[in-house]
Amino acid sequence: MPSTLPDGEPAPVDGALPDVSVSRLGELPLGAYLHVPYCTTRCGYCDFNTYTAQELGPGVSRATWVQSIRQEVRLAARVLDGRAPAVSTVFFGGGTPTLLPPADLGAALAVVRDELGLAADAEVTTEANPESVDLAYLTALREAGFTRVSFGMQSATPHVLATLDRRHTPGRAQQAVAQARAAGFEQVSLDLIYGTPGETLADWRTTLEAALAAGPDHVSAYALIVEEGTRLAARVRRGEVAVPDDDLMADEYALADELLTAAGLGWYELSNWARPGAECRHNVLYWRSADWWGFGPGAHSHVGGTRWWNEKHPAAWAAVVDAGRSPARAREVLDADDRRVERILLGTRLRDGHPLTDLLPAGAEAAKRQVGEGLLDAAAYDEGRVVLTLRGRLLADAVVRDLVD
Amino acid sequence: MAPPAARTGPEPSRTDPALIRNFCIIAHIDHGKSTLADRMLQMTGVVDDRSMRAQYLDRMDIERERGITIKSQAVRLPFASDDGTTYVLNLIDTPGHVDFTYEVSRSLAACEGCILLVDAAQGIEAQTLANLYLALENDLTIIPVLNKIDLPAAQPEKYAAELAHIIGCDVDDVLKVSAKTGEGVRELLQAAVDRVPHPVGNPDGPARALIFDSVYDAYRGVVTYVRVVDGSLNKRERILMLSTKATHEMLEVGVISPEPLPSDGLGVGEVGYLITGVKDVRQSKVGDTVTLVSRPATEMLGGYKDPRPMVFSGLYPIAGEDYPTLRDALEKLQLNDAAVVWEPETSAALGFGFRCGFLGLLHLEIVRERLEREFGLDLISTAPNVVNRVIMEDGSEHVVTNPSEFPGGKIAEIYEPVVRATVLAPTEYVGTIMELCQNRRGTLLGMDYLSEDRVELRYTLPLAEIVFDFFDQLKSRTRGYASLDYEPTGEQASDLVKVDILLQGETVDAFSAIVHKDKAYAYGVDMTKKLRELIPRQQFEVPIQAAVGARIIARENIRAIRKDVLAKCYGGDITRKRKLLEKQKEGKKRMKMVGRVEVPQEAFIAALSTNDASAAGKK
Repeated sequence: MPSTLPDGEPAPVDGALPDVSVSRLGELPLGAYLHVPYCTTRCGYCDFNTYTAQELGPGVSRATWVQSIRQEVRLAARVLDGRAPAVSTVFFGGGTPTLLPPADLGAALAVVRDELGLAADAEVTTEANPESVDLAYLTALREAGFTRVSFGMQSATPHVLATLDRRHTPGRAQQAVAQARAAGFEQVSLDLIYGTPGETLADWRTTLEAALAAGPDHVSAYALIVEEGTRLAARVRRGEVAVPDDDLMADEYALADELLTAAGLGWYELSNWARPGAECRHNVLYWRSADWWGFGPGAHSHVGGTRWWNEKHPAAWAAVVDAGRSPARAREVLDADDRRVERILLGTRLRDGHPLTDLLPAGAEAAKRQVGEGLLDAAAYDEGRVVLTLRGRLLADAVVRDLVD
Repeated sequence: MAPPAARTGPEPSRTDPALIRNFCIIAHIDHGKSTLADRMLQMTGVVDDRSMRAQYLDRMDIERERGITIKSQAVRLPFASDDGTTYVLNLIDTPGHVDFTYEVSRSLAACEGCILLVDAAQGIEAQTLANLYLALENDLTIIPVLNKIDLPAAQPEKYAAELAHIIGCDVDDVLKVSAKTGEGVRELLQAAVDRVPHPVGNPDGPARALIFDSVYDAYRGVVTYVRVVDGSLNKRERILMLSTKATHEMLEVGVISPEPLPSDGLGVGEVGYLITGVKDVRQSKVGDTVTLVSRPATEMLGGYKDPRPMVFSGLYPIAGEDYPTLRDALEKLQLNDAAVVWEPETSAALGFGFRCGFLGLLHLEIVRERLEREFGLDLISTAPNVVNRVIMEDGSEHVVTNPSEFPGGKIAEIYEPVVRATVLAPTEYVGTIMELCQNRRGTLLGMDYLSEDRVELRYTLPLAEIVFDFFDQLKSRTRGYASLDYEPTGEQASDLVKVDILLQGETVDAFSAIVHKDKAYAYGVDMTKKLRELIPRQQFEVPIQAAVGARIIARENIRAIRKDVLAKCYGGDITRKRKLLEKQKEGKKRMKMVGRVEVPQEAFIAALSTNDASAAGKK
């Protein structure tokens, strides 16, 4: 079961933005997210909005995705009406985008370029399953204008991959990186998961070392979250597998930070490490509360302080966009306080941190105390910024709870 | 509306005492007292079948739901006897629980006779036995009755023999009824006429009436229930309360039949109510004597006592801003429950609240439930404790109603209240009951066989041992067969110590307890372990210690939390994350700070309520 959408107010059928959001267009860069909601199988831990062929049901297929995307991008162009800057980052996520032929991904990117404009130095990423690509596929993507590929490697340990229901063999991710390089990709990222039931610290070291041996210039390492409604949650509830222990996860995080840093990949967000200059600009745009338009079923958008989310099921989404209407299911217009809270919540996750001047007096007081408690970096604080220490990164949610006061 | 049938009997204020029979029913909970009363109301025609509702006399919701009587009621029933005369039967319904023994004793004092009602399938219970002894002390005529003879499990012959043995009467004197079907109820009413003596008083002397109950009515103010002993009380006279010397205008006088029925007055032997317009039951004390200002009596009727709280507990609103509401609620509650006492208290852990004194555990629970239900409050109650008297070496004395106020310094002696407890149980459980009482520092006073397979055990026990989970333990060790009654008998010097619980070196007042020296370690270990489970990990290590004075007797550690972060945050996740943050901040607001330690309200509730709530839930 994919995760549920939040509650919100009704969204207008023509997708029009409130005046307050229109007036903010251009203040911040604009990104585009394209959601490809297909997988061959559903992994037991995943609660993303994705569907196997079987789950998809009749009346909708992978083949028509790009046509419906074209309709939605055209709707965005009508709404923005030339008032927004050219798109600076594009990100294809899923699901498994690489289940589509490279021509479809290329066609979708072309629609974005034609309808919204694409900056000359735009970053264009796709997530990829190491199993579903080869050199020819990657070459085709590169030729279509993709600049970055992010492989879902997850683990190099067979029993961990098995618990996660991942089908690929441990060596496959490294090969995929090599093929991406051969296809001409300069930016290659690996996604890793730690804290899987049954994983030891030694297993995690094996995974990190294998990932580094592949030579990525970017690594995302996420602690496994056992989400409600997933098969994994059911197995935990039945006592078949043990919930990952927080203390072990803390050790795993510290190990990741140590090994990745030593390999020249510095942290730039809580769960992301990169060579200097190889940071994912698209994700940074999320964390800086910039604008992005999300296309596809269940995609979330945030433009000028208005956030909305699309119809979740591919069939429902396609039916609405194909009829020329906005697929937004509901939206929220963020008030000043919501926006401040989000800026702090997100900005604090970044290595560059967040300006102290954005905090209210109680939050500033908390920041001062947190420096004393070793949660915030003292030197950065003296320069007027909130920056987490290693200990602070592990306790970031607790830190933020006090900073937003 | 048709005139109630009750008006066909002799008229109030002009009834010959020779035609009056005043009696009560003593019964254990669930032995069918309310059903029997209902049947009597129907059989004498004061309530018609259409307006009959179950447990007619139990007015409070709590009473009806829990099947117990908290406040007494008195109802006047006309009864056409076999001899052709119509008599007046005054049925005084008494509270059945040990906490309300004093109220029971006053109700008994208003009667000449008593129906001892016992379930024919279960036999007599300890509380019933205790009330029977009270009735015998008051020289009441006892009519033994077995109820529920229609039940397949009934053993009327066996329990008739048991009752005859206890009272010292003939087996044939034991009546057998089914309140449910009505079988034998008319015979019982006839027996009341035949066996219960009629009241005797001096009709020409100064008026004297015994207050056996007073209740607060939102519309009418205090309604006082009285039994006239001498003289008469007539409407619009000024009355004088002998204990307080307060005088009031009698606005209304009458009888209950079973709705209030104003009359010209009440004469010798009659039972009825008065309304004076006062708003506070403390102006109209149970046990006090009412006389007339115009011609006052000088001698009080015997037996008046001020209610004395036996069990104390701190009551705190879960939401701090409800404190004023709680104060108002307690003030209103006191209007019809003179036995509750309270004073403001401040707890570092729980905030502002009140230290309240109760007659017993059931009383505590009823008050708490009424506060929550009638005033919409959410309350935390601290573990119940007793009153300790502490004598210092310099001779000074402290009366401690709250463990956190236990004095420091050199203590010469500590006294604790003791009770005389009576346990009735099947003989097979004697061993396990003795073991329990031994564990609870009991001293065996005696043991008697009521019948072949039922035994009565009498113990002296510290009250503090009973307010914990004694009743639960007793019930579980005897599969629910044992019954318990106890009455305070004084105090004893004991080896008591105060155990403090410290979080990161700071004493948490709500968890302090006064326990016997030999049990201090067990309390300390239990409480520290419990708190380790209940308090979430903090950003630093939190030691939890139990201490007697400066000596640490138990210690647990809550390890520092190392990870509190949701690792992944992508574009579609931000709303959810912000909402989660808002929720966590709400949760943080409900945390109580003990030093630097954030303790969720739930942890206090769980740590404080595990034992006491169930112990108080006795029925």
